[in-house]
Order: sequence, then C-alpha cells, then structure tokens
Amino acid sequence: MTPLLSVDGLTLKTGEKTLVSDLSFSLGAGERMGLIGESGSGKSLTAMAVTGLLPKSIVPTGSIMLDGQQVVGTPERALNGLRGSSVAVVFQEPLTALDPLMKIGRQVAGPLARRLAREGRSPSRREMERDVLQFLDHVALPQPERIANSYPHEISGGQRQRVAIAMALACRPKLLIADEPTTALDVTTQAEILKLLDGLVRELGMALLFISHDLPVVATVVDRVTVLRNGRAVEEGPVRTVFDQPRHDYTKTLVDAARAFDNALEGTA
Amino acid sequence: MTLIDMRDVSFGYSRQRQVLHGVSLTVRKGVSVGLVGESGSGKTTLLRLLLGLARPTSGSISFDGEKLDISSRGFMRGYRRSVQAVFQDPYSSLDPRQKVRDIICEPLQSLRIPGFHGEAVAAALDAVGLPADAANRYPHEFSGGQRQRIAIARAIVARPQLVLADEAVSALDLSTRIRIVELFKRLSQTMTLVFVSHDLGVVASLCEEIVILERGQIVESGNTRAILDAPKHPYTQKLLQSVPRMPA
Amino acid sequence: MTAMDETTPLPAAPRRSRWSLALTVGLILVGIHVAVALLTLFWTPYDPSATAGGRLEPPSLAHWVGTDRLGRDFFTLIMIGSRIALTVGAGAVAIGAVIGVTIGLLAAFATRLLDDALAATLDILIAFPVLLLAMLVVAASEGASLWSAILALGIAMSAIVARLTRILAKRILQNDYITASRTSGTSWPGVVVRHVLPNIWPTLSVNFALQFGIAVIAESSLSYLGLGAPPPNASWGRLLQEAQGTVYTAPIGAIAPGIALVTLVIGVNLLADGLRDIGDPTRRVSR
Repeated sequence: MTPLLSVDGLTLKTGEKTLVSDLSFSLGAGERMGLIGESGSGKSLTAMAVTGLLPKSIVPTGSIMLDGQQVVGTPERALNGLRGSSVAVVFQEPLTALDPLMKIGRQVAGPLARRLAREGRSPSRREMERDVLQFLDHVALPQPERIANSYPHEISGGQRQRVAIAMALACRPKLLIADEPTTALDVTTQAEILKLLDGLVRELGMALLFISHDLPVVATVVDRVTVLRNGRAVEEGPVRTVFDQPRHDYTKTLVDAARAFDNALEGTA
Repeated sequence: MTLIDMRDVSFGYSRQRQVLHGVSLTVRKGVSVGLVGESGSGKTTLLRLLLGLARPTSGSISFDGEKLDISSRGFMRGYRRSVQAVFQDPYSSLDPRQKVRDIICEPLQSLRIPGFHGEAVAAALDAVGLPADAANRYPHEFSGGQRQRIAIARAIVARPQLVLADEAVSALDLSTRIRIVELFKRLSQTMTLVFVSHDLGVVASLCEEIVILERGQIVESGNTRAILDAPKHPYTQKLLQSVPRMPA
Repeated sequence: MTAMDETTPLPAAPRRSRWSLALTVGLILVGIHVAVALLTLFWTPYDPSATAGGRLEPPSLAHWVGTDRLGRDFFTLIMIGSRIALTVGAGAVAIGAVIGVTIGLLAAFATRLLDDALAATLDILIAFPVLLLAMLVVAASEGASLWSAILALGIAMSAIVARLTRILAKRILQNDYITASRTSGTSWPGVVVRHVLPNIWPTLSVNFALQFGIAVIAESSLSYLGLGAPPPNASWGRLLQEAQGTVYTAPIGAIAPGIALVTLVIGVNLLADGLRDIGDPTRRVSR
C-alpha cells in the first residue's frame, strides 16, 4: 500500500546555503511520526515543504508525494486542492495563526465550509453555526457559544490553540502536521492539548506528523521518530528504541539531556 | 543569613486587577530558590517587585535587613549592585547596536563600580564559557544559547549576591538548555539564585527550595526534594502530573 | 564533546563591506555643493551684486552660465544658492529634529492620557500643509527673510519627526534590553542616550534626509512665491521665479538652478542611505 506521505531525497536550498539535505521518510495512513530537531535543524521547513508553502527564496529538489500528488515543482493551483483535504497544519503560535480581526466562529467556519463544499454540500447558516459549535465542543472548549462570539485576543493561549486544532480538524485532513503546537503553552495546558490531539487523531484515523524539540512531549504522541540535525536525518526508528538505545552521538546528547531533567524531577539524579 | 524577606506583599493594577495576594517568602544566602508558576500566577510581577521595578501596593520587601526604597537613588544603586537579572528572550535582551563589551560593561558604568572594567568584562566572559574575542562582536553574530551567556555575563559582572533569572532557559533548545542550566549550577556556588520558571525539571535541577505560585498566591513552598516527592497541594500535584516524561 | 560545540562563536562570515555605491555618489554630490558653499564665503568668480556683463547673456567663457536680467553673473548666483540651500536644509532639519525628537520622546514616556493628547495634537499639525504653515510663520515674523523661512519649515516639520520618534521609541521601550539596562542601574536619561536614541537613529536619519530635500524645495517654493530673500542672496527658488518671464528666450535661467537643486537633493538622500548602512552592525561581521 502506498504511504500517505513519501519524502524522498528532499533538499532545500536558499542561494548558496543548504537548509535541508537529502531527507527521506514516509508515513502511512493513520501512522504517527515525530520529527525531532532543534533550531536550525530544518524541521519546520520540512513541514512547509510538505504543504507546498515554502517561501520563494527556498528551492526544493527531490520528491514529496502527498496523497498521490507530487508537491515539489507543482504549481500553486494544484497544491491548493491538497491543503485542507489531504493535509492541515497546527502551528506553534496560536496568536498569529488566527486572524485578530475575525470572530472565532467565523474563522472555524471557513475551513469547515470549504470541506463541506468539497463534499458537495452547502449547508444553511444555521447548520454551519451548529457544526462550528460542535467542533468547538469537540476540542473541549468550555462555553462554545461564548467562544464562537469572541475575538482571538479575548481568549487564552490554550483556548486559541484548541481553536487552531478545531480549524485543522474541520478540514478532515488525512494528515495533520503539528509544528511545536504546545511549546508556547503552560505545562498544564500542554498536557491537556497533547491528550486532546492524541485522542482526536486516533478517533478520526488521521496520520500525524508531530514536530518538536521536546523529547518527552514527542514520545507521548507518536510511535516513530526521525531526528534531524542541521538539515540531515541522523537517526530514526521506533520511539522506544531510539530513546533507549540511541545510536548517533547527537541523539545521545538530546536523550541524556531529557533524562537529566527527568532524573532531577524524580530525585534520581 | 537572609537576603530577601518578603512579608505579606500584594500588588494590583487596580481594585479589580489584583495580581499578588499576600505573598511572603524568604531567600537565604546560598540557598537557591525556584519560583514555579504558570501564566497568570503572578511570578512575573513578583520578579518585577524583587527587581525594584515596581512598588508593592501593600506589604514590605527587605534586602539584607533594609527595606527596599525604590525612590532613593543611592539605595537603588547599592541594591542593584547586589541584585541582578537574566531575562527570558535572548533576542530581545541585548541591544543590537552595542558591542558585547559595552553590553556587559553597562552595570559597571551605571553603578559607578571602580576598577578596570576591561578585566571585569574578560572575567565575566570567561566565567560563562565565551572566548575573549566575543567582546568585540555584536549580538546578531551569536546563537540563542550564546546570547543568553552574554546576558548572564552582564548579570554577574558586578559580582552581585543575588541573581534573578526569569525563565532564562525557556526559549532555548534542549541541548542548549541543559548546558545553560549547568552554567547556572556552577554560578550558584558563588551567588544565590532565584529562578523563575514554569518548568519543574529545570527548577528541580537547580534549586534547593521551591515556591509554587497559583493565581497570585503561594500554594506550597519548602524543600524541593520533599515537595516533589510528596506534593500536598492539588495544584502542585497537577503540575507534577502534567510534566511529560521520557518513556521508562 | 560533539562537533557542535556551542561555546565558540560562529565563524566570521565573509566580510561584506558596509561601503556602498550610494555612499560614494552621495558624498561626491553633497561634497561638491558643500565645497562650493564654503568657497562662496571667501571668493566668488564675480561680485554677486555687480553688473558684470550684458543682460541675459547666454553661456560663454566669461560667464559659464550667462547672466541674469540685471547682468549679474549667473554662475555666481547659483553658487551662492548652494550656500543658502545647505543652510536652509540643515537649519530646518536641525530645528525640526530638536523640537520633534524631544516631543516624541516625551510622548513615548508619557502616561496614557498625556500621550494620547500629544498624539492627537501632532496629527492635527501634520494635517496642515507644510507650506501653509511656513507661510503663516513667515507672515507672522514680519517680512520674508531666510531665517524666518528656516524657522517656519523647522517647526512645520517637527510634528512629523515627533510622531515618528514617538512610535519608534515606544517600540524600542518594549524590548528586554531596556529593562536590563534599568536593572543594571542606568537612569532613564541614560537609557535614552545609550539605547533609545541609537536604535531610533537609523530610521530617523533617513527621514531627516528626506526632509532636507523637502525643506530645500519648500524654501524654493516660498521664494518662488516671493516670500524669500531677493538676489544676490537669492535661493535657487527665487532664481527660478525670476527666470519665469524669460524661460523661452533664456532657458538656462531655469535649467541651471533646477539641476543644482536636483543634484543636491539626490545627493543628500544617497548620502543618508549610505551613512545608515555604514552604521548598521548587522550588515557586517566584525574583524
């Protein structure tokens, strides 16, 4: 069975600099993979490349097959159809991912309407409103009516991120890309959002590409990981294997650091 | 020896917007303290009060026995020689138009500290693990972790007794984070550290004592190990449970 | 440990010079005008008020740009125009800068209420056409003179400078390095001098350069309307006004001051761009 996402020899260059070098990985439907990397590793750029949203200055070479469609070198119009139906993204900073001048309800309705149109349905306004409230409720937002009627700056960071997730889910994508979705959130909020993501992804049978530099966070939501460093994949495999027996030095450094903090917490330092 | 003594401190922007409610805490010399709280806990305000950037609406703050008098130039000069800070965002805490040397030198100049400043700057750079030639460069030439080292160098150059760190490693990558935490560990041998963070793992690595803040009040405080092993307050428990762990 | 040793600074990027073509050209153009202006303080080819030749003579070896309608050497008048233009530009910008930056900084530090009031006042002032404002000031100062024009233009321009300063300063003040400066023991005036001014300077300097050009042209307009000083202390604008009547028979009378005006304004703008780039640390790596 062909994988949902197949990245083959992806290289991203801008001018003389190579940002990502010969990256290959694949993800089947319903599978969950983590992309671990620190700043400069190229992890976010990879996510942008997969959705065809790279800035013009960055030139991709290689192949990205998403849901049977080649992304590299494909004109914008063809790619537009992919976004939303095949792939949706949740970003790190919920405040900038939402339009500050539009009420939440309207923003969630946007991708929802597009998806429904795709399915050949054009519901009435009342039906749309009801669907929007259902989505807001599904992401465990309290008082969905109040939230739908609010502007982004009127709700908390955690709530904004839930809205962003709701918008991504409203597209019913086959692949959900989450780029550092909880990094900007408080610890307790983070735990809730991770649980939410985990549950929803399982429930809707979506594939998940989770990008983060935080090892324990990644471990809670994915089954496999690829470790990126300076644009190259240095290690990959099942989460437990990579974390218990890291082969590459860099992975060892990261795992040691994460365990050091864990040990401090447990008192086994 | 008590360095900081906060008694029943409250702070609010108005009657309705109270940020801190009757907070009392003590910082003893040589005993590093972690201030743990999430957004809305009031930890930022607490830090600002400790830095003399704002006045409490009620209660008192004393340093080394003397009450904090923000309006007194002379007092603040002495206070700032003893209490310095490191901030969260390495990209916002360094003036992009200044050379590293001038950045680190500022406390020495503003606090009128005598002596040869060049030497002090070099010593500070060395203490944070940066090469001497970094002094001639500009902030944009350094990575996030290196910038944070520069910020730490600025904080320690006047040899303060107390260093307040406000989420000083939160913006850093994992591998950089652990290195900077190790740096703080080394520095805490000669200086007292008050580390504000939402990250329990970091605080557990650095601080002997811990203070947990929720919505402007202290819900639990005491020895770090004791509290982490047996948290009493439900919020502390929730915090502890929320920290993602590496798979066993 | 690993090759990724975080404690050494990044290797120096290939050194990119901060010098630019703009700077060179700007320096040359402005340099010429400044040199000419300074020269006129000691010497001019002809006595500017004396009748040196016939009226409206075309360019010749004796008179490079010909003579004006009273027979005065035109080249001499153009040279003097350089001095006047530089004085007007520098003077107006200086006055506008001093008043504007001061008010702008005050607004940036002011309490909400005061700041709102100041911002509103500035917006009203900016809405006034510069020229109109200048004319009012000149009229109020009883008669046209160079300095009343400079003062008028300076005041008119200060509003824009103030608003720009206010916005820039406010943005700068949000940075952590301002807080860090305060906790390092620096007083507020110290913070302004050490951190605020240097960081708002790049944007302000470009603004000043633009305003230099505007001031010179505005003064020319004032002169053109007859509100400027008459020859021999005439500015290019006044010369342009006098050339109106004879523009078909002796076009050089309008072309020459025009060229002089354009070269100075372009030169100043290029120079400002070049200087701003030179002062920007992020455009090169040290050593």
